[in-house]
Order: sequence, then C-alpha cells, then structure tokens
Amino acid sequence: MDRKPEGLSYRGVNEDIINFMTKTGPKYYLVLGFFILCSVFLYLLPWIHQIYTGQGVTGLNVPVVWGVYLVNFVFWVGVAHAGTLISAMLYITETPWRRAIARSAETMTLLALIVVAFFVFIHMGRPWNFYWTFPYPNQRKIWTSFQSPIMYDVFAIGTYFTSSLVFLYFGMIPDFASLSQSTTGWRKSFYKAMSLGWRGTDRQWHLQAKASMFFASFIMPLVVSVHSIVSWDFALSIVPGYAQTVFAPYFVTGALLSGFAAVILALTVLRWTFPMMKKYILIHHYDRIGLFILVLALTWSYLTGMEIITGYFANTSDEIQHITYKILTYPYSWLFAFMIFCNTILPLVLISGKVRRSEKLMFFLCIFIIIGMWLERYLIIPNSESRKFLPYMWHSYTPTWVEMSITVGALMVFISLFMIIIKIFPVISIFEIKEDVGVPMKKEGH
Amino acid sequence: MSGIMQKIQERLQSYRVPGYYKKYDYRWTMVIDLDKCNGCQACVVACYAENNLQTVGKDNCGIARNMSWIRIEKYYEGEYPDIKVKFIPIMCQHCDKAPCEIGCPVFATYHNQDGLNTQVYNRCVGTFTCATYCPYDVRRFNWFTYKRDKPLDQQYNPDVTVREMGVMEKGTFCIQRIRAAKDKAKDEKRPIKDGDVTPACVQACPTGAMTFGDLYDPNSRVAKLAKDPRRFYLLEEKNCGPNVIYLKRVMKDGSKA
Ligand code: SF4
Repeated sequence: MDRKPEGLSYRGVNEDIINFMTKTGPKYYLVLGFFILCSVFLYLLPWIHQIYTGQGVTGLNVPVVWGVYLVNFVFWVGVAHAGTLISAMLYITETPWRRAIARSAETMTLLALIVVAFFVFIHMGRPWNFYWTFPYPNQRKIWTSFQSPIMYDVFAIGTYFTSSLVFLYFGMIPDFASLSQSTTGWRKSFYKAMSLGWRGTDRQWHLQAKASMFFASFIMPLVVSVHSIVSWDFALSIVPGYAQTVFAPYFVTGALLSGFAAVILALTVLRWTFPMMKKYILIHHYDRIGLFILVLALTWSYLTGMEIITGYFANTSDEIQHITYKILTYPYSWLFAFMIFCNTILPLVLISGKVRRSEKLMFFLCIFIIIGMWLERYLIIPNSESRKFLPYMWHSYTPTWVEMSITVGALMVFISLFMIIIKIFPVISIFEIKEDVGVPMKKEGH
Repeated sequence: MSGIMQKIQERLQSYRVPGYYKKYDYRWTMVIDLDKCNGCQACVVACYAENNLQTVGKDNCGIARNMSWIRIEKYYEGEYPDIKVKFIPIMCQHCDKAPCEIGCPVFATYHNQDGLNTQVYNRCVGTFTCATYCPYDVRRFNWFTYKRDKPLDQQYNPDVTVREMGVMEKGTFCIQRIRAAKDKAKDEKRPIKDGDVTPACVQACPTGAMTFGDLYDPNSRVAKLAKDPRRFYLLEEKNCGPNVIYLKRVMKDGSKA
C-alpha cells in the first residue's frame, strides 16, 4: 500500500498547507458560524441558566449525584488520550506513519482537554469557586486535600494540558518559521513571533529534536496515569460498581479505544471536506489505527468481563444487586447489549484488511464505537449510584434537557474550536512530512 | 536508627486518624432503640426547626429532593392485611473513618477535635464527591436557592447557618448545642456531663428511642446502652466505623419481636 505521501515536493507541501490555512471559502465560515451558534444555544445558554437557577435543573438527586456531566468528563478525557498516544508513544518508537496525523491528533487532545475542564466546572455546585481546588497560598491558610482523588484530577489534567501544549508548540516551531516566510499580513508577524527566531541551523534542529524527545517521554506515562487517576475518582469509593481494582486499566483501555475512534472520525471529516488532505492522510493510516482499535476493543471486552465477573464473585448482596440492575433491568439491559455490540462484536470486522482500508466503513464503525464508549461510562457512573446500599434510597436517574443539551453542545464547542484552530495553526506537521518526502539534496547533520 | 524508624512509624500512624488527632476529646454517639421507635417523624420535624432546614415545595419534595438531615426509612414486610412496617431513622453516622472525607478536594468536610464529621458550608464547592462516597446517602444538596415566606423567616435559628445554593449539607448531631454545652462547661471549669447535650431529634422523640452522649465516659447512658446485646451498627461491614448504634431485638427463628 501507499505508505508514504507520494508526488510531493518541498515547495508543494508548503503551498498545500498555506492554501489550506489561508484560502477559506464562504461555505467554511457559514458552517463555522452554524456550529458557534449551536454552541451558544446548546451549551452556553443552558449553562448560564443552570448557574443562575442551581444544579436542580439537572436530573441529579441524592444518591445519584454524578450524572451525565461526569460521563462527559470521562468521555472527553478518553477522546484526548489517543492524540497523546499517537504523538508521543509513536514518536518515541519512531513509527513512520504517525507523522501526517500526529499534529491533528494532538490538537484534538488539547481541545478535548479544554472541554473536559469545562465539564468539571459545569458539574460543580458553585463553579465560581473553582479556584479553591488549586493549592495556592492564601491568608486563610486553607490548603487542598491531598488525599482526594478529585484533587489529583485537577493536577493530572493540568499537567496533561500544559505538557501537551508545550509538546505541540515545540513541534510547531519550525513550521511557524517556514510559514512566516510565505504568508503576509497579520499571519506573518504572528508566525514570526511564534517561531521564536527559528533559523533552521543544525544546532536548533538538534535542540528541537532533543526537546521533542524529552516531552514525548514525559507525556508518555501521562497517557496511562491521567485516566488511571480519573478512574480512581470512582475506584476509591465504596459504592458497588465503582469500587473495582480493575478500573485503572479498564478506563485507560476504554479511553484509548474511544480516542482512536475519535481520531478516525476527525481524519475522515478532514479528508472529505478538504480533498487536499487525501495526499497526506492516507489509507495506510486507517489500516494502522484499525489494528489499534481491534486490539483495544478486545482488551476492553476482556476487562469488561472481568469487571462484571469480579463483582459477581464478590457475591455480596449489593454487588449482585448492582449487576442485576446494570445488565438485566429493562432500559439498561438494552443499553448494555448495544454497548457490547458496538465495542466487542462490531470491531471484530477489523480483522479483515478490506474493512480497515475502507474509509466509509471505518467512519461508521467509529461512530458506533464512540456511542458504545459513551454508553459504557453512562452505565458505570449514574447506574452504580442508583443502587447503593440502603434499598429505601434506590433511585433511578434520567437526564433532563439541560444536561442533554450541554452534552450535545460540548461537541459543538469542540467542533467550532477545531475549525478555528486548524485555520490558524498548521494541522499537518510540515517539516515532518518533508522528512517523509525525502531531502532534495544532501545536507550535513539533518 | 530504630528510634528514628519508630518516630516515623508513629508519625505515619497518626496520619491514619482522620484529622490527625491522637485522641478525640469526646466520642459523641447516638443510640437509637428501634424497638421503641414508632415512626412518628417527630425527630424529622425537630431537625427542620432546629437546623434551618429549608422546605423545598411540593414538586421537589415529590421527587425526593427534600432536605431532611434525618429520615425515617420504612420497610414493609408481608402482604396486606398481615403487614408489618419497620422503621429505622437514619442520619449522618459521623463515621470514624468517613469515606466522604477522603473525597472532598477542598477539606470542606473533615473531622474536628470532638470526633465529629463536620461540613464547612462556606468551603464547599459542590463536587458531589462526598454524597457519592457516602454509603448511607445522608448528604443533602441545595439544588436551588430556597427561601422561606415572609413571617416564617423569623423562625430561623440564629445559631445555625442558612446554606446557600450549591453546597452540600448533612446532619451535625446539633453541633451548635454541643458548642454551647462546651462553652458552659468551660465557664464552670468542668468537663461536659452526661445529659448536657441533647440534639433536637433526641429532645423531640416522644418514645425516648434516642439517646445521645459521650462514649468515652463509662458512666454515660450511651456507654451503658452500647453494651446492650441488641446493638448493631448500620452497614458495619463497610468498615466506616459509624457512631450511631441501633438496638433491635431479632428472634433466632427470624420472627419479629
Ligand atoms: S421521634 Fe423517635 S419514635 Fe418518632 S420516628 Fe423519630 S426516633 Fe422514631
């Protein structure tokens, strides 16, 4: 198969990317405007309504106090994960096919983390006091509680965001320099400032490669640790269905699964809307990511089995009650079956190379996986709380329109941000593609 | 070397006590005799009056968003007409190893020197973690801004905070009464006697099902009642170390006394 972008030249790559970024048709603005409008109406206004009226506008109620917002929180952290894996882990292992897609995947990580952070605030009862969760010196001498998993969430996501941002930026510096040469107007000065005086000397390339390697190694453990910490929010409690030792690997696997599915969706949309992208995002990438998804789906299925079986083996009345509620009670039994269909049965078709190489099939498959992974979090988070220990308090949870609208709105926010970002920052790594293209003439060093 | 190790060990052990206290000043305990409770809900009403609990209106009450810190759980046994109802009043159990405390990121809930699990409303940011971790589901959340109608706002207890929207709250064992009793005892230069502190629910209970006191004091009524063979802790197997003792006679053959 075509493993490398073909028929490209150094100049061609530059021109392609610049055209992609600067030549924006009215259609694009129309679509962007539509998504921004949707974000305002589906996300911002309901949230303002919720802040003014109180958390009571949600369907939450004691004991089900972690609802769709937390589901979305975990889901978007998951979406963030694949970007890091692609850009960092594959950077270290020097996997060649990562180059063309790493930048867009990493951008997705960053934007998803912004959505995540906002879900934390949306979920809070008093979001205007959010800064109390940061350990900052204050005259009241109140510190944050370092035994709380929620505290570590703040750290984990903060670290993740900062290091992803720095890693992404370091990778972009050479691109900024080359862009500043071939653009005009505000872009020129902007890119020039962002390129930090990059000249492309041997020493600079050397340092850049070193820094990228350092940050890639720094971020790599975060792929595992961030979602483990998110899973401890649940695993540290004693609620049946939450208190699972398997949660850390289970969440990480699920995160990567949904993350890769999200990457495929984004790449496919890019390919469909910008034919130019077809030169860079190749079917070969689909093939590779398809293999990843297959492996992750199988691991995920195994861990799902373990989650249920360990609960069943515990054989306490509350665990059994929880499993019965989650798997065998009417609406959730269907959801559970659908989740298994989406995440275990459907990905099996990826064994066939034909499916992996068909972008349409991959696209629809990934939509199912995304839905399945969202359902997985839904089945874990509110449903475990519905069946806690005292039967008198058993309580079912249904999200209200505010929650659902913010859920959909978050997606709109994500899309709008993505649409803006890809027009400002090079979404394909120019210098790394050039490495693929091959050096036109021999140079010393690099 | 071993001296240092021992010191480190002691230090680490002290961290295992919630709030890092070596020993609490008191160990407030409530004993509830379920054989005496008739489910009259007087304790619930007393709690509403004493602790400025808000009434939430018909709609919210209908979906069980009422703010009662103490609730009477009713369990029915058998079919009509041969039906038996069992009551169990449940409030915050002030667990020694409170699961809610490890969850809170901002120390809004912590153990004070009396061994009580307290909630600092002003510090609460509303992450709901404590309510999730609580095995007894006794935490209540201010879903909206609740207000009392005009003359009724004169009924607020001045000793208790009125909570604002977005904070978590829960039973306190009437901490304001404990405080008052401590102050009085301090003025009179004596430790608190048994019977100095009576939470509102205990005071209101017409059948005398509830008793409150300090378990450290071997002569207190709760210490005596705690030796009762009928004693049990609610969800003791969860190992949270609750401080509410229930008394209930259970017959060997499973029949109800
Ligand atoms: S007041 Fe006493 S008898 Fe009435 S419900 Fe409460 S505990 Fe039971």
